[in-house]
Amino acid sequence: MSTRLATGGRLLNKGQPLQFTFNGKRLRGFEGDTLASALLANDEMLVGRSFKYHRPRGIVASGAEEPNGLVNLGDEGTFEPNQRVTTTELFEGLTAQSQNHWPSLDFDIGAINTHLSRFLPAGFYYKMFIHPRPLWKHVYEPFIRQSAGLGRAPKARDADTYEHFHFFCDVMVIGGGVAGLQAAKTAALTGAKVLLVEQSAHWGGRGPVDGGTVDGKPVDNFVDEIVAELDAMPNVTLRKRLMGAGVYDHGYVLGYEQLRDHAPETPGPRHRLWRIRAGHIVTATGAIERPLSFAGNDIPGVMLASAVRDYVANYGVSAGDRTVVVTNNDDAYLTAFALVNAGLRVPAILDARVLAEDSAAMAEAKALGIRVMMGHGIAKVAGGKRVTGVGICSQAGEGAVLEEIACDAVAMSGGWSPVVHLWSHCGGKLVWDEAQAHFRPDVDKAPTGAAGEAFATPAGAAAGEMRLADVLTSADQAGKAAAKAVGFKPTRVKPPVGETPEEAPMQPVWLMPQGAGPALRGKAWLDYQNDVKVSDVQLAAQEGFESVEHAKRYTTLGMATDQGKLSNINGLATLAGSLGSSIPEVGTTTFRPPYTPISMGAIAGEARGEVFQPIRRTPMHDWHAANGAEWEPVGHWRRPYAYVRAGESTHDAVMRETKNTREHLGLLDASTLGKLIVKGPDAGRFLDMLYTNMMSTLKPGKCRYGLMCSENGFLMDDGVVARIDEDTFLCHTTTGGAERIHQHMEEWLQTEWWDWQVYVANVTEQYAQVAVVGPNARTALEKLGGMDISKEALGFMEWADGELAGFKVRVYRISFSGELSYEIAVDAGQGQAFWDALMVVGHDLGVMPYGTEALHILRAEKGFIMIGDETDGTVIPQDLGLQWAISKKKDDYLGKRAQERSHMTDPERWKLVGLETLSGAVLPDGAYAVGEGANANGQRTMIGRVTSSYHSPNLGKGIAMGLVLHGPDRMGEVLEFPGTEGATYKARIVNPVFYDRDGEKADV
Amino acid sequence: MSEPMTAGADGGIAAIAEAPLQGMITLRGDLSDDTIRAAVKSATGQKVPERGMINTADGVGVCWMSPDELLILCAHGDVPDKLHQLQESLSRVHALAVNVSDARAGFILSGPHARDVLAKLCPVDLAPDRFAFGQLRRTRLAQVPAAFWMLGEDRFHLICFRSQKQYVSDVLTVSAQPGSAVNVWSKTISGT
Repeated sequence: MSTRLATGGRLLNKGQPLQFTFNGKRLRGFEGDTLASALLANDEMLVGRSFKYHRPRGIVASGAEEPNGLVNLGDEGTFEPNQRVTTTELFEGLTAQSQNHWPSLDFDIGAINTHLSRFLPAGFYYKMFIHPRPLWKHVYEPFIRQSAGLGRAPKARDADTYEHFHFFCDVMVIGGGVAGLQAAKTAALTGAKVLLVEQSAHWGGRGPVDGGTVDGKPVDNFVDEIVAELDAMPNVTLRKRLMGAGVYDHGYVLGYEQLRDHAPETPGPRHRLWRIRAGHIVTATGAIERPLSFAGNDIPGVMLASAVRDYVANYGVSAGDRTVVVTNNDDAYLTAFALVNAGLRVPAILDARVLAEDSAAMAEAKALGIRVMMGHGIAKVAGGKRVTGVGICSQAGEGAVLEEIACDAVAMSGGWSPVVHLWSHCGGKLVWDEAQAHFRPDVDKAPTGAAGEAFATPAGAAAGEMRLADVLTSADQAGKAAAKAVGFKPTRVKPPVGETPEEAPMQPVWLMPQGAGPALRGKAWLDYQNDVKVSDVQLAAQEGFESVEHAKRYTTLGMATDQGKLSNINGLATLAGSLGSSIPEVGTTTFRPPYTPISMGAIAGEARGEVFQPIRRTPMHDWHAANGAEWEPVGHWRRPYAYVRAGESTHDAVMRETKNTREHLGLLDASTLGKLIVKGPDAGRFLDMLYTNMMSTLKPGKCRYGLMCSENGFLMDDGVVARIDEDTFLCHTTTGGAERIHQHMEEWLQTEWWDWQVYVANVTEQYAQVAVVGPNARTALEKLGGMDISKEALGFMEWADGELAGFKVRVYRISFSGELSYEIAVDAGQGQAFWDALMVVGHDLGVMPYGTEALHILRAEKGFIMIGDETDGTVIPQDLGLQWAISKKKDDYLGKRAQERSHMTDPERWKLVGLETLSGAVLPDGAYAVGEGANANGQRTMIGRVTSSYHSPNLGKGIAMGLVLHGPDRMGEVLEFPGTEGATYKARIVNPVFYDRDGEKADV
Repeated sequence: MSEPMTAGADGGIAAIAEAPLQGMITLRGDLSDDTIRAAVKSATGQKVPERGMINTADGVGVCWMSPDELLILCAHGDVPDKLHQLQESLSRVHALAVNVSDARAGFILSGPHARDVLAKLCPVDLAPDRFAFGQLRRTRLAQVPAAFWMLGEDRFHLICFRSQKQYVSDVLTVSAQPGSAVNVWSKTISGT
């Protein structure tokens, strides 16, 4: 059994016991424990079930590479699935549930799959579910969905908060082990601004556990001293619990800081996503030990050798009383020594190598009385939910069991792979290191910046330097290179000297024993989380999935939440072996960020709830809200759709507002309309190019409605242009168009007509603008008093500056409703007061505010088009009968040439008409008119569509506009518009101006 | 103008207050032109600032906004006069001066962690040696445009578009929530 030892545990505070629960069981640990070490201390080796076969799974590693120990953590608002027990720090009251099992972890129905594994080979889903096609949607997919996924999806709203943080530094060092610390120091000594981040809660990485000396002192001491030194340097920032998650172009790095996962009671955000711009990056990300592929290597109790000694040294936890060590290198002997020194039994070290003479480690092991068996390996592991023993075989053979040894843990080591993820994220290449049988960074092919310069340097074990002395030298060089790359001069300080015992070379072992037959290969796991075995990869190769990327997707090797941190190299080697090619020829799959999964909350940052999206509010927003406004989003603005009174439906409100505006007086908040000042000697010429109309001939004091087209001729915006003075125009845009049209103007001025003297300023938000509309509009303004707004003084399509009721105003006499109408601009700060004044004088004149829907109906009654309704990016002004607004005198305007092309002048283009249902009902918006016959695809022929459709309370019937084939030539014809739910509408083609065709109402 | 708002939760890491009314005039023109430089000096008492800088004293001054754009700061009530004065003195050169005082909202962000709050929302290097008094930055604040400059150590004046005042207030409050200090600018506060 696994248990807590009486002594040891360098990271524990045994004075601070903590309570936690696992699957409802109350357990105890200490401050400093990870959830993994605390579970092992309580003999909870079995922590989950695998994805496909629901095999029992135990903790196998001690860090970020853990594939098995994934739990549902927390509950309700703090619930989160797939949390790694090895990187989850224990806290008081932690609750965890194991995943992917039913009905219980101990007894799981899905485990039947393991007996069906013969029928669930690689690519099973692809082979099985492709035929017959209809079954996929109705039978297979729902079934697979139910069994898919490991953790449960959270149901409650996330109770925590998250944030981003932008940070800039000269050198960023990722990884706070011996290499990272030394590289940071070397770089910092040059004066560079250095950021050093470490994903765990402790500095030093593996150094303190793996031993050796630095300048004659234990590694522990070295780490403490250098951390203190760095902390004292003003140009160094040290952050623990901050993982370098991804490296992107131009030295952009995402860092994932876990602020409260270990201390949920503290206030503040849970995670912080650092968005870092680094001049140069040092990847000191260490190395990960590889498992060995032998039958039963997934049975709980089989662990990485390094993890076994981590648990002993760091947490005072033994994985078992009797641990068999199986290895192809000297490093794993450290585990045997640690166990024996802790008073535990190591019945044998099975060393797959055959060396001419004992290595130093072997000699030491023998001196400690440990049985060392060279050339031996594990044929198979005995046990179900826990290791009970191993069958020993000759590594060179086919797996005949020579001897069985009882044990309750197996510590395996297949050698070490540098963590090259961050190096590779942005294009750093790898080389295959034959001697150490791993991929390491190719320093000649680093990720490169804008000028082709390397922007990352690997250091220490991440660079393939596995010996302490080399780690320190490499880190020092990386620190110097990084500082130099960002313009600092390296100092001539010598790096400290590391010493560790001599090691004999490792020998690659990709299958144990090397001649293992199908039965053993079918139980030799590569990917623990996704249940990929040696036999699966071999089958993929046999079936022609020769590319590593294809084999990965076919077998799902490395596609689980651990992204194959343990399985990749073993899988590649297996694939290479099956294909008869070398490992570097096969290559690796692509390393993509993040290094380990990061929370969705961290990615979203602050953008949730109230601040999910910036809502734009007009100066009168609060008044609207207090007066029953139902909102319509227009861009990021919120405009009142209608002001709904108590006891009234939204439709009633719209009808009331529409009628009242025609009969009495309506107020519209038009502040959102874009207002662009265009000024300069060339302003008229510039606007002549932007609008289809002639704007340069407009007289100061006058307004003109204008159309703006894209270069491709399509109508993109419209609005009223007012000429302020000889050099100055004010261009109104649509609500959604202000920023877009401003940008459009700047683009043409900066790229094409850069020599024209024109400046543009967006003054949209400087003004509150109120449309005062209806037969009583002039009376209302007269009651405010202060300027002459008579028909003679201020004619239709004129504007004037003046004062109304003491407010400084600019009054435009323009109308989007067909009524007598003034749009009045005041400084935004005065907007609400001016609105209030209008409501007061309007009281006896039947004033009512009206919303955007009433605005739409009023304009539709008049046949006025709306950008976004009558236009959709494919419509040109000529389609809408707007030839009158297209100047024929101008040589050019944006869109002119495009509008002359054959497709644009095609008489078959659908044209704008009015539509009236025979029944008076409202046509469905967007409905299509159908003609005779069918098109080439067998669909009904379409001859038109509805672009706007409303019930007009003023006319007492449904009115609509639409684009119809030969529409203007077919006045009076009746078209059929199939609606939804079987209904078909009949509508007559009519003039689109439904109301006051002669414009008498506005001209008073 | 509506009632000044104060934002920020109790125990937040920075104080957030709505700035008093501020007069603002956008001036576009050739910033190397002597007439324009003289007009700016005469209107504000300040020289045209270098790129990325602001020259100001007691709420009157001038901000560099782009290679051909300045923002003149003055008392809110002085804007009509200043605008008139500028338009007069610039009548013979190609330039554009418009009142944008009411188009903007302003906030004063203060406290030892004010830098943290801005650095959470803006892609700007806010290290004290990289952003200091005298600098002005136009940038993105979370999802909206904004600009800020320093009024003194640990004190920032921030402007945004008026329509986004509530959003900016909310997002500053969220970013200044209790317990969210980043502790990265000063070793004395930090500890590791």
